[in-house]
Amino acid sequence: MSAEVERIILAGFGGQGILFLGKVLAEVGMRCGKHVSWIPSYGPEMRGGTANCTVIISEHPIASPLVTVPDTVIAMNRPSVAKFNVRIKAGGMLMYNSSLIERQEFRDDIRLVEIPASEIADELGNARVANLVMAGAYAKFSKLVTYDEMVKALPNLLPAGKKELAEVNLAAFERGYQFVKEKKYMFGRYVYSVFKGL
Amino acid sequence: MEQVFARPKCMSKTPFHYCPGCDHGVVHRLVGECLDELEVGDKAIGVAPVGCSVFAYDYFAFDFNQAAHGRAPAVATGIKRVRPDHIVFTYQGDGDLAAIGTAEIVHAANRGEKITVIFINNAIYGMTGGQMAPTTLIGMKTATSPYGRDAQLCGHPIRVSELLATLEAPVYVTRVAVNTPANLMKAKKALKNAFRLQKEGKGFSFVEVVSICPTNWGKSPVDAHKWLAEKMLPVFPLGTYKDSTGIENS
Amino acid sequence: MADKVLMKGNEAIGEAAVLAGCRYYFGYPITPQSELPAYLARRLPEVEGVFLQAESEIAAINMVYGAASAGARVMTSSSSPGVSLKQEGISYIAGAEMPCVIVNVVRGGPGLGNISPAQSDYWQATRGGGHGDYRTLVLAPNSVQEMADMTRHAFELADRFRNPVLVLSDGILGQMMEPVLLPEPATYDINQKPWALGTTAPRKGGRNLCSTIFLDVELLEEHNWHLYQKYQVITDEFAKGSLKHMAVETHEVEDAEIVLVGYGIISRILKTVVEKCRKRGIKAGLVRPKCLWPFPSQVLADLAAKTKQFLVVEMSCGQMVEDVKLAVDGKKPVYFFGRTGGTVPSDFEILNEVDKLVRPD
Repeated sequence: MSAEVERIILAGFGGQGILFLGKVLAEVGMRCGKHVSWIPSYGPEMRGGTANCTVIISEHPIASPLVTVPDTVIAMNRPSVAKFNVRIKAGGMLMYNSSLIERQEFRDDIRLVEIPASEIADELGNARVANLVMAGAYAKFSKLVTYDEMVKALPNLLPAGKKELAEVNLAAFERGYQFVKEKKYMFGRYVYSVFKGL
Repeated sequence: MEQVFARPKCMSKTPFHYCPGCDHGVVHRLVGECLDELEVGDKAIGVAPVGCSVFAYDYFAFDFNQAAHGRAPAVATGIKRVRPDHIVFTYQGDGDLAAIGTAEIVHAANRGEKITVIFINNAIYGMTGGQMAPTTLIGMKTATSPYGRDAQLCGHPIRVSELLATLEAPVYVTRVAVNTPANLMKAKKALKNAFRLQKEGKGFSFVEVVSICPTNWGKSPVDAHKWLAEKMLPVFPLGTYKDSTGIENS
Repeated sequence: MADKVLMKGNEAIGEAAVLAGCRYYFGYPITPQSELPAYLARRLPEVEGVFLQAESEIAAINMVYGAASAGARVMTSSSSPGVSLKQEGISYIAGAEMPCVIVNVVRGGPGLGNISPAQSDYWQATRGGGHGDYRTLVLAPNSVQEMADMTRHAFELADRFRNPVLVLSDGILGQMMEPVLLPEPATYDINQKPWALGTTAPRKGGRNLCSTIFLDVELLEEHNWHLYQKYQVITDEFAKGSLKHMAVETHEVEDAEIVLVGYGIISRILKTVVEKCRKRGIKAGLVRPKCLWPFPSQVLADLAAKTKQFLVVEMSCGQMVEDVKLAVDGKKPVYFFGRTGGTVPSDFEILNEVDKLVRPD
């Protein structure tokens, strides 16, 4: 992952907290002193059952906040993979919610990171924090947002009526982060080869 | 010698441009007298419409806004929200208020804007040359209803006072005329009630004045007033349609 | 120094308006500007202001007319079809020389079109939109920071010139979030304008009248020339006076062989295109009008002497390109690339256009 700029497209079902996940990354990027932008889906991208947003975190001022070729796609459901898989930069990353997306023939020129986000969220007793599991997983890979800032920022980012969810959100973030740290995720060609071998 | 009649203090010295016999001048004077008597002439802001009374601002000495056709209640809303301590009123004709400005009057009334609306209903467009108004009577001939207003084609005359009286917010909705001395005295009382309610911050007040247009009706002022009594008043009955505060009985 | 906050463009406009002393907002719901009225519906009561949802765009702009005439700093906002409805009122406001701020978060048209970002209201915004000989100032932000800053400036400009000021945005700028350093709050008093209705400020004599009617042809002609002279002053201020810094931004134009021209969100994409061009050895530059009326014609005219060609990029079938052609005045070719209907051109397709022009074979 580039140390200077991270261009991320986040996508999933409406209700999976995609826009909020993007907002968390942008907000924490800002608190880490980076330039950031966040854009919800626009134009023809709005069709087809996915909610998505684009986040850029950068060491430098951001020229275009629009991203044609993302460094990373965080996909929470199947249609999101179908829609954005082809656009990922060669050498980029597809991080996906393996609880809802089965293994398939992905591109072999990108890193694949498989996170069972929905299962982890269920274990925590709240299916809606799968997005924060992904935030934790992404934070482990990111060169621009830090674990500490993320943990510090999270409780303040929840809407006023949802402050009681701070604990479970933090727990989800922590689980996602640790999941990657302990390298429990399926990685890259391994996924590809598993599929090929079947 | 004792002076028994004078121009209201809040009115200017500009002579009216209205046609001979027109009721506008009479109603203007009643407005001026009421504002003077309530001692709010220096706190008044008027909103002039588009129509014969487009130059109403020429005849009053206080601040005025000249609004687009039909939009006076919206303009008055903006002014009153900024200057709640002022007495803000619109003065509109039937084309302005009951056709192009229907949405503005209904919603200003429905919001209970603390303004006063004076509605001159003479069943015709005056300034543009005698076209059919939303209040034109069935069978009445105008420049754009040369065979007489046909209900099948154009519907029936709108009774604005009755319509507004169905709303919750207005505190005072009344219909008057100035065709006889007795009616004129009642009209003045109604206008004063309306302005007093605003002065007391009570809410939206509305005074419809059934009026004549001798020029476009093609009648002498005397005949026109006779026609008003015979033809218009049965369709637009005088009376108070809403008086939530009971001001008429106090 | 205050911290930056991550805000949506529409919300940044709302907060900047409050900081500019705006206490009155009149509007009607339409996508994609809904965050702005929603923000102000919550925010204005906190500062004893008035948020009023009108029965129509027409009523809303006329409420603005009334509030402006009564001396308030006042705003309305809408999106394309709604701004069409406001044109009647804008003509009156311009004619009566009432200051106000109007925000258009432009969407795809004509007609109902769609709710995706577009720049197809350039003509309407810069040519007047309503009837009569009048002009509105048009500011075109390209970031959330500028949504805030330009809104703050818009109120100052409106008061200074007694003229409506339009902030021309689009669905992307309205919806996107970026860090914003909010502008300093203004102190504003509704009694500071001696011409306002009901004001307690000392008057020049007699009562105050807000009107647009001049039945006497000589008086209307005199009034229109008076407006024209004011517009000339505004034009000069932006071209070479105190507002020059608000007129235009240029980027890498000194040695540019091709100058890209775009405003609003497009100018951000063009900046990326310029960076990519430079990496590939193409000497590209960018001219980005920050103010669309008055238009920074002189900057383009000067560049016409140096560069080889211009490429105008818009989210329309080509509207601002006409102003660029007028400024360049035939001295160099002016090409156009546009996407419309809510489609946003990608940096790659623009780069492709540049390639075709720079390397025609």
